[in-house]
Amino acid sequence: MAERVLMKGNEAIAEAAIRAGCRHYFGYPITPQTEIAAYMAKKMPKIGGVFLQAESEVASINMVYGAAAAGMRVMTSSSSPGISLKAEGLSYIAGSDVPALVVNVQRGGPGLGGIQPSQSDYFQATKGGGHGDYRMIVLAPASVQEMASLTIKGFNLADKYLMTSMILADGTIGQMMEPISFEDAEIETYEKPWALTGTNCERKHNIVNSLYLQPDELEKKNFERYERYKIVEENEQMWEEYMMEDAEICVVAFGIASRVAKNAVVAARKEGIKAGLIRPITLWPFPKKAMEAAADKVKHFISVELSMGQMIEDVRLYSGCKKPVTLCNRCGGMIPSPDQVLESIRQAQKGAC
Amino acid sequence: MKTTQILIAGFGGQGVLFAGKFLAYKGLTEEQQVSWLPSYGPEMRGGTANCSVVISDTPVGSPIITNPDVLVAMNLPSLLKFVDAVVPGGQIFIDSTLIDAKVERTDVKVHYIPATQIAKDAGFATLSNMVLMGKVMKECDAVSYAGCKETLEAFIPAKKANLIDVNCQALQAGYDY
Repeated sequence: MAERVLMKGNEAIAEAAIRAGCRHYFGYPITPQTEIAAYMAKKMPKIGGVFLQAESEVASINMVYGAAAAGMRVMTSSSSPGISLKAEGLSYIAGSDVPALVVNVQRGGPGLGGIQPSQSDYFQATKGGGHGDYRMIVLAPASVQEMASLTIKGFNLADKYLMTSMILADGTIGQMMEPISFEDAEIETYEKPWALTGTNCERKHNIVNSLYLQPDELEKKNFERYERYKIVEENEQMWEEYMMEDAEICVVAFGIASRVAKNAVVAARKEGIKAGLIRPITLWPFPKKAMEAAADKVKHFISVELSMGQMIEDVRLYSGCKKPVTLCNRCGGMIPSPDQVLESIRQAQKGAC
Repeated sequence: MKTTQILIAGFGGQGVLFAGKFLAYKGLTEEQQVSWLPSYGPEMRGGTANCSVVISDTPVGSPIITNPDVLVAMNLPSLLKFVDAVVPGGQIFIDSTLIDAKVERTDVKVHYIPATQIAKDAGFATLSNMVLMGKVMKECDAVSYAGCKETLEAFIPAKKANLIDVNCQALQAGYDY
């Protein structure tokens, strides 16, 4: 058995990134993700890597853009308000088709909000945030182990599809400690013939850019990019199902909300209610296959979120509005209790009978 | 299936987070499933701190504790805040040097331990947290008492290795109280 150590979720991201071959970290401190930068500051100089605390979030994302263009495995991390500042750079990175990893350990918003856990950046992560037609692969860890494994996965997918992978975590998963082991990590490497590595006068120079003044060229670029996104949508959906075999009430929740929801599903089963859980691990691409299958079997969906109801729109969309969908939520840094989720399940059961 | 939810609460500097980490590490070395969640919010910045430790023989569901099986209260505000949340049949451990109040509930088992005084008298004034942990380990079967030293050795950094013995003494003092 692989050795298990106790680690904070934020530290697990940093350690996993280093193991995945990331040697460039650019960031700017913000609660509740500062341990990522602290870990990088300690480790990177010892292994020949770069840790740089930039003068702002805007600077750090553009440093990521630069290092990514040079073919490096590179990352930045922040929390909600800081990600908003990075949004311009996210769009440029997408428009240039270079791979990067961005971590958002979410806190309550909008505005400066608070420092407690939240999931209210779901729209920002999955629907845009920056301008223009683009997507990011959005991964939602629900444990410290997944903070590590999805970071490695995120780097792999980013290189494979030339996209940004975003780890969409929250303050709870970032701050908590759980046992973790690193031994099963599969690190993939990809050739990067497009990278700006210096020609040595031996090849034609590469260009990394997001500016296309000819509309037909820009349209072609976008069409090509969306062909690639289509492959991601088809091949990379990830989710976990829990007690879904005979479920009538389907709870959908990701991240910390899914941990609470799992407790509620167990409690509902004890009351004789056939509840189950679908936990999206990729938020984009959303686990459409799981939702379509469930929509034909269950009687009711409940979206459990730490927001005013953002993922619920995708739950409705991908279940084809075939069954009622209700919201069970807290926001602003508050977390629903298992009892609150259980009560929602009971209500759904009454409606479904 | 056995799961113990332990909430440790006090003010900053009492070693609330460290005590929780110790229990989590102890569970880990026993091949149990564990989670440790600190408070990091505004209440911490105002001086109070707490942490939630879940120790289980099955994967931990929610790491957030709403109703603890075990409450360790190291100051009065923490006791008042959490006393009613403890599950019926649960246990409450109180540092009676710092907390005068008595628990009125009769459906929980309450232990009054003058942990701060014990620690002071024994010459390790800052280790009331570990005195309390010693008592917790005696009264609860979430983790076993045997092997405490090995656990401390595993997670206390080498440069602080000189503190392992005194931590063991503090645990023992609580265990024997």
